[in-house]
Amino acid sequence: MRKLMFLLRKEFRQIRRDKFMARAIIAVPLLQMLILVPAVTFEMKHIDLAIADHDHSPASRELISRLTGSSFFRVCATPENYSQADDLLLAGDADMALIIPDDFSEGLAGAVNPPRLQVMIDAVNATTAQLGWSYLASIVRDYNRDVIMSTGAAPSSIPGISVSPRFWYNPTLNYKYYMLPGILVILITAIGLMMCGLNLVREKEIGTSEQINVTPVKKWELITSKVIPFFIIGLFDLSLGLTIGWIVFNIPFEGSLLLFFACSAIFLVAVLGLALFLSTLASTMQQFLYVAFFFIMIFILMSGIFTPTESMPLWAQQFNWVNPVAYLMRINRMVMLKGSGFNDIARDMGMLAVLAFTFITFAIRAYRKRA
Amino acid sequence: MKKFMAFVKKEFQHIFRDYRTLIILFGLPAAQILIFGYAVRTDLTNAGIAVLDNAHDVVSAELITRLDASEFFHIKYFLNTYDEIDPAFKKGKIKAVIIFPDDFAERLTREGNATVSIIADGSEGNNANLVTGYTTAILNDYSAGLTKQLTSAMPVIIPEVRMYFNPNLQSHFMFIPGIITLILILISALMTSVTIVREKEFGTMEVLLVSPLKPWQIILGKVAPYFFLSLVNVIVILLMAWFVFDLPVKGSISLLIAECMLYILLGLSIGILISASVEKIMNAIFISALGLMLPTLLLSGFIFPIENMPKIYDYVSLFLPPRWFVEIIRSIMIKGAGFGYVWKGTLILAAMTLFFMLLSARKFKVRLGEGGK
Amino acid sequence: MERDKVIEVEGLVKKFGSFIANDHLTFDVYRGEIFGFLGANGAGKTTAIRILCGLSRPTSGKVLVAGFDANHPEEIKKRIGYMSQRFSLYNDLTVKDNIELYGGIYGMTMKEIRPRTEKLLAKLSFNQYGDTLIGSLPPGIKQKLAFAVAVFHDPEIVFLDEPTSGVDPITRRQFWEMIYETASRGITVFVTTHYMDEAEYCDRVTIMNEGMIVALDTPSALRKRYNSSSIEELFVKIARHKTETA
Repeated sequence: MRKLMFLLRKEFRQIRRDKFMARAIIAVPLLQMLILVPAVTFEMKHIDLAIADHDHSPASRELISRLTGSSFFRVCATPENYSQADDLLLAGDADMALIIPDDFSEGLAGAVNPPRLQVMIDAVNATTAQLGWSYLASIVRDYNRDVIMSTGAAPSSIPGISVSPRFWYNPTLNYKYYMLPGILVILITAIGLMMCGLNLVREKEIGTSEQINVTPVKKWELITSKVIPFFIIGLFDLSLGLTIGWIVFNIPFEGSLLLFFACSAIFLVAVLGLALFLSTLASTMQQFLYVAFFFIMIFILMSGIFTPTESMPLWAQQFNWVNPVAYLMRINRMVMLKGSGFNDIARDMGMLAVLAFTFITFAIRAYRKRA
Repeated sequence: MKKFMAFVKKEFQHIFRDYRTLIILFGLPAAQILIFGYAVRTDLTNAGIAVLDNAHDVVSAELITRLDASEFFHIKYFLNTYDEIDPAFKKGKIKAVIIFPDDFAERLTREGNATVSIIADGSEGNNANLVTGYTTAILNDYSAGLTKQLTSAMPVIIPEVRMYFNPNLQSHFMFIPGIITLILILISALMTSVTIVREKEFGTMEVLLVSPLKPWQIILGKVAPYFFLSLVNVIVILLMAWFVFDLPVKGSISLLIAECMLYILLGLSIGILISASVEKIMNAIFISALGLMLPTLLLSGFIFPIENMPKIYDYVSLFLPPRWFVEIIRSIMIKGAGFGYVWKGTLILAAMTLFFMLLSARKFKVRLGEGGK
Repeated sequence: MERDKVIEVEGLVKKFGSFIANDHLTFDVYRGEIFGFLGANGAGKTTAIRILCGLSRPTSGKVLVAGFDANHPEEIKKRIGYMSQRFSLYNDLTVKDNIELYGGIYGMTMKEIRPRTEKLLAKLSFNQYGDTLIGSLPPGIKQKLAFAVAVFHDPEIVFLDEPTSGVDPITRRQFWEMIYETASRGITVFVTTHYMDEAEYCDRVTIMNEGMIVALDTPSALRKRYNSSSIEELFVKIARHKTETA
């Protein structure tokens, strides 16, 4: 036990002396929170719509005014013909183009040819394209309804089902609420794993770990002395990030703070255990960087930070059984935003604990004081 | 010259002998393509929802069937009371609850207008919108069908839609350019900066400096393998995209490769600048990972469209190389645009490359002039 | 009086794959000796010393250090000190920090460490360096400090791997004075070196060549046997003989 104290004192002295690291511990969460959180949103602000009106009739103008009237569409250009509209899409200057043919109003008045519209959508981002299309179609349909009703037909002859959405736990669908826990998790994963692992491998690479290995220090004392400082740093950064989120972005915190930190602590143990284990695979910092980066990237991308894990194919969901980031992502969001309690997350928390235990065990067995 | 080639050869061997380097050089892009291609979806499939049907009529039954049958939804629970909603959400199994009022069909036939409520789990940002959007679409389809039956004599507007560039609406199209950007910056900036700083941290830089190689030859020799490897990586990614996803390069491949080479040069000059500015590997990693990787991942338009971000990000992203490059690659690869559409971005990237090269050349000159540290 | 053996090695073999780094080494080291392990670079000295320290596992053979088998490296480690070929103290810690750390790891309390540190620094005339970061000190001083840390806890045996390489002749001399002083305290010194002239400073030396022990005796006995005026000369003779009969 006393040996552990001496080791810990050494670790903290080193950290304090390292100016860059000391600054990074504070600056990194600060900067990342402030810069990244407002940016990461899927919420569509508006769609740049180009409209070519060949009809020039009251009907077409009415339709156009409904489109411009919606906060969603923004008319960005008025091309004269099809090829100009084509060009706009190719150049990325418009997201959608609408061409109203010259026989539109006639068709609307009951001519033989039905009224048609040509819609061209930049579908590189398939989801926004689909959503944009569905909004346009709704507006067109509503307009169509009004036209038909104005001819005197009974309202019941044109049935329409409207949808009234409400969003619980995040009524304004503020994306920051959703993404901030995610960014926090990325932060402590990257910092925890990288810092701890690089620190370990660095000692190996410059030779100081050999001097330690030749002493009677026990393996568990060594490992603990490396885990504790970065555990503390991780929790500190987590608190810092959370505080920034609360002060700057007004993030709600519905659930139990204790539960939140308990799960994060288990997560940190898992991550640091992984760092330890990976450090036994590398003899230089460069090597560790490559292996760790590989795992970090994959774990984070698969964790459901951007997109829900339930939408993933079966093999991906099965992979996530061993992905600690996936568990914490889910737990954090549920506890922070929905106020989920211990019973709700018990299973996730348990799995996370199992992972933490497994990683640490692997790490301890893999770490050798003797080659 | 011969010494230089020998030096370059040694650097190459160094890279290939180590399986860990190969993991990140080839394993990572492959994994990313798999993940973005198959796992990460920005749309919704088989999302768990619950239904609270107070109407119990023919129409609601039909709609419920359609909802369940769609690829977007999977009905997990049939709730009986309003109070059951909150606990269901808290458990985390469902994304939304769809509520049919008890007079649903009546209202529809009598007044021609009925409302369905959706309560979506707003804590899962993107899903909430998607659920609303998809449900709206399904309900709209139904009412459009009704309208058709009832008013076949009335004029119905037919919008003909063409989905450009991505007719099958694959959600991973937009990711491939981003993957290329990320991998290129990773190799050309992060890896090169680490490889140079390593010599500084371990004092072996001095050994190199007293060798017959000139300083610029040392830097060039260290950096050359990564240039080559980046290109190889791009080709591997493109091939994978083609074979695995049926995503060929729509535009000119040579233009694409040329742009990639420009971006690699840019990455290399940034990497060299970083290595001239820090003394320890850990610091180089931090700067690259947090200053390059994260912005590339999150701020460049790779995943999150820049138009959705607050206005200020739009302006700031003008200074971020990945923002331009992602746009260029998307234009060439997916839209099939020619140089006439990407010249502006290319010019900006070229200017940035020049800027960083000059900056790092100056920084190195200053440092080496001080006696080679 | 029988001198007791602190190190007993019999038939030590260490292989890396098919490469034999240590080929059936057999030797003993007596308490209080200064025992030298000579040989050219790559002869297998560092490999052997690392096995004796418990840093590496022998492929086969008997190894007893301070009464304990190589299969109980942790027991061995309690009783020895080690100075590696590459400087391995913490450059980003002060002199006192480093000493305190290793004192504590070897089981000393702060009460014991503090006065002993003062004494050590005074003896070396390093008082002004107490709170200096080790990384900023000149290499000669760093080497001496590494040695001082290795014997700070009064081990039974101290292993020194090429302690004087890359150091100027004056510092080398001072170093050996430190080694003598240590041996006079009863600590056995096991030192490897590729400087053949340092053999004269040892009580007994072993000469290694290509993984094998080719000579083992006191320096004067060796010189007589091979009819050479210096160890260096006789080493060349042995090495040449080997290549000729190879």
